[in-house]
Amino acid sequence: MSLHVAVATRSFRRYSTYTAATLAGIFTNCVFGVINALVLVAVWEQNPDAGGYDVRDAVTYVWLGQAMIMVIALWGGGSPTDLATRIKTGDVALDFYRPVGLLGWYLAADLGRAAFHLLSRALVPTVVGALLFDLRWPGGPWPAVAVAVSVVLALLVSFAIRFLVAMTTFWVLDDQGTAILASTAAVFFSGLTVPLVLFPGWFGTLARALPWASYVQAPADLWLGKHHGWGVVGTLGLQALWAGVLLGACAGLLRLAERKVVVQGG
Amino acid sequence: MAELLQPVVRYGQIARMWVRASRAYPVSWAMLVVGGFLINIIEFVGIWILFQNVDDLGGFTLRQVAFLYGGTGVAFALADLVAGRAERLGQMIRLGKLDQMMVRPVPLLVQVCADEFALRRVSRVAQAAVVLAWGCGAVDWTAPRLLLTVLMVASATVIFVAVFVALACVQFWTIDAAEVANAFTYGGVTVTAYPLSIFPGELVKALTFVVPLAFVNWYPSLYVLGEPDPLGYPGWTQWLSPAVAVLFTAVAAVVWRAGVRSYRSTGS
Repeated sequence: MSLHVAVATRSFRRYSTYTAATLAGIFTNCVFGVINALVLVAVWEQNPDAGGYDVRDAVTYVWLGQAMIMVIALWGGGSPTDLATRIKTGDVALDFYRPVGLLGWYLAADLGRAAFHLLSRALVPTVVGALLFDLRWPGGPWPAVAVAVSVVLALLVSFAIRFLVAMTTFWVLDDQGTAILASTAAVFFSGLTVPLVLFPGWFGTLARALPWASYVQAPADLWLGKHHGWGVVGTLGLQALWAGVLLGACAGLLRLAERKVVVQGG
Repeated sequence: MAELLQPVVRYGQIARMWVRASRAYPVSWAMLVVGGFLINIIEFVGIWILFQNVDDLGGFTLRQVAFLYGGTGVAFALADLVAGRAERLGQMIRLGKLDQMMVRPVPLLVQVCADEFALRRVSRVAQAAVVLAWGCGAVDWTAPRLLLTVLMVASATVIFVAVFVALACVQFWTIDAAEVANAFTYGGVTVTAYPLSIFPGELVKALTFVVPLAFVNWYPSLYVLGEPDPLGYPGWTQWLSPAVAVLFTAVAAVVWRAGVRSYRSTGS
């Protein structure tokens, strides 16, 4: 356990080194926050209760989306990228020798990264958004706790998907292709640009059941107080279910990959 | 003339080499092509979903928005194909690649832009072109409108190439601030995909006079689509895009030269 804490803290420090990159990223998040918020303001001006949101909900949603991008590495990246590189170069054979589980090691590293991005790339744009627009805030301590749990679950789901993508390198020898498909799905089905509540009919229902709904839609709905009582439990439960299934898949696939590496002689 | 074409020929040679190299991983390459298609499709599907909730955006129909989206999309994708790699300048500096490039008898900018040339990006051009073609159905065609549409896409491509190059130069001074460029490149293509009439007037003025990205497609499209200018600028502003493209190119050239001149290598 203390080992994983050590990995996480060092990963936190690794990302905190690049001040200029962090500031540049915050600037970009804010620019996109303003653009997307203004687009949704135009939509809600014409249709004031689209998707059961009001304009204040919609604008808040946009800024929450910008805050989540780096915390969960929505576009891809984070510690699984290091794994993909090590698979490509063959260094991963050394990782298999170590008396530490690969999955736990990389998860710890990604948690450290996410913690740094939460304090920088999530917090600062949200403050900027609050200065520029009239945002909605969680209605009390319990909704805030639910949001916190939801963000952690979102990170676990996204880590598992990114880890699975990185592992495809074992078979395809290059993860760029799967990575771009995965980020396309993530951008669309997370509701980053268009909230999933605007998706029409059965397509909307489907989108909200998929794992990517954990990324932005689920924590945002909890933040905006769209769920009550069992609805909160249900939202968090679905996220937890996806996290469990996907992390299980990671562990399973890792076993297969390990056998493959050993058979090929590393 | 042959001398002028030299950089183009060199670019072609480097690009061909990278295209051959990318065939080493065929499965991944195929997924990248499909992914390129999908990324653009979902962007436009997103706009289509917005239109399931409203009848028009800023007085523009879905088909007219498709014209705006397609116009800027084709230009951006072409610029990204040709010069998008410039955003890796910081990485080239860190790895010492730029130092190697400087001693080769090929213009530096050509090498930077052609580095790891990815033909798969053509799929994004194609996708945006399909949306543009559909959007063209919203136009009541005349000869001047056709001419302006062609001028618009050509100028916008030049503008985006200049934006890619000029902003990559930021990395000559601060190696890891590469992401600032995204706010202007990807931010620029996102903002121009919508009718600017949905944005506050101050923002449209900033996009006209400060960072004149409104000339990428907004002003010429007003003429082509026959829509009134919400800010009421004179009609000739709708024909200014080529001049703005020249201006962007000049700025990019100056910034690039300044950047290269101040470059002192990483020292390692």
